[in-house]
Amino acid sequence: DPQRTAFLLRKQWTLYSVTPLYRFSNARLRDYARLLSAFIAAEKQKGLAVEIGVELDIKVAVSSLPDLKGSDQDQAAILVQLSSRSPASPKNSEEKLIWSGWFCCVSGDDLSENVPEDFTCLPLFLANGAESYTSIVGSWFQKTFDCCFRRLAISPLHLSWMAAMWTGCKVDKTACAMELVFSVPHLPQPLDISYAIHPEDAKALWDTVQKTPGEITQEEVDVFMDCLYSHFHRHFKIHLSATKLVKVSTAIASAHCDGIIKFLQSQYLTGVLMLLTELAISQIQ
Amino acid sequence: LVGSDEGLQQKLAEAILREKKNFKISIHLATSLPLPSERDHLRPRIDLIAFMIDIKSKYSLKNVEASLAHVDASFFLGKVCFLVTGVGRVNYCSVEMNAIWKLGEVYCSPVLFCELELEGIRVATAQRLLRMLQICAGHVPGVSALSFGSLMRNSADD
Repeated sequence: DPQRTAFLLRKQWTLYSVTPLYRFSNARLRDYARLLSAFIAAEKQKGLAVEIGVELDIKVAVSSLPDLKGSDQDQAAILVQLSSRSPASPKNSEEKLIWSGWFCCVSGDDLSENVPEDFTCLPLFLANGAESYTSIVGSWFQKTFDCCFRRLAISPLHLSWMAAMWTGCKVDKTACAMELVFSVPHLPQPLDISYAIHPEDAKALWDTVQKTPGEITQEEVDVFMDCLYSHFHRHFKIHLSATKLVKVSTAIASAHCDGIIKFLQSQYLTGVLMLLTELAISQIQ
Repeated sequence: LVGSDEGLQQKLAEAILREKKNFKISIHLATSLPLPSERDHLRPRIDLIAFMIDIKSKYSLKNVEASLAHVDASFFLGKVCFLVTGVGRVNYCSVEMNAIWKLGEVYCSPVLFCELELEGIRVATAQRLLRMLQICAGHVPGVSALSFGSLMRNSADD
């Protein structure tokens, strides 16, 4: 149901891989919200206030997103939201959402099959909001469920897979340009090269490269990228293959090598999550 | 030494020259092959070709692949090796591992993974290359370049 997951779109999410959670229960979400809320309040008392000088009353909500899964074996996604209500404003004023984070597992059978009972597999964590809140929420989960969070970086190799995969996806409305950003190494001043390609041209190129619809091979991705690189070289005499691909933006989603993702199309949300789950699992293993 | 990263090439060459040895060695640095033909008659015999590939740069792999086409077949009997650097930083990976393994297989030459950016590993690699060079130049009695090359490849498979 696209309406229920619409709030996940067009937001910048920072990616983490999470090791399996010990003794996590879907039935205790309300309890967890209470405990996390108390933890945050305690941290604030300790002086680890997130915003100096601003007294915020933070409310924690933990809920389940049953739509976000790939196979039946996957755990339903868990959403954690932090909202604030300034004590100065009237009691029934709107709460402002200040931080969101969600755990999910899409087609994570590789991991869930090999994990003992009592462990819940939710290897992918996505956070939006202040880093300080991410750190507090992360610490609570780590302490409570004996798991480990690690930033998930995306290598240029994986980014080129995403570029190829997402170019092939059909989009209804006029798609935005496909953009690749490259960082040039070994220079005294940092230099980024942005390469924008008309989405129809990119799709036409990918269609000539891909042999079996629904299947993608490394060779096809290489050929696709090499075509884009040689085209660029012909015009600018720069070998993009000697630079580092740091960001890929298409109509489906945009991904940055530091592990930052933005979902733009709800119909492909699960598809992108499946890829990210795979990356998270390989980082864990 | 053939590779697109001249800075790293230079550092490795210096490390090799600094090593203690009892034979004369000359190192030719090139960014790609073929070498300019004008100097063919002046060039000394080449005993070992080490191709340098940086996993962070697809270009370095393409460069090496293009250069390999200009190498005489006789060199692939133990006188060629591949030095692969940059493997420590998985998140910067622009070259797929399978491509590297395939290269070693297709050209029947050993693939050495070495983080040449780290001085300690540079020194260790320099020592290994010197040892290989001694064998390839025929300085080690009883061991030929071909037998050593196949020994290295078989142990890598394990």
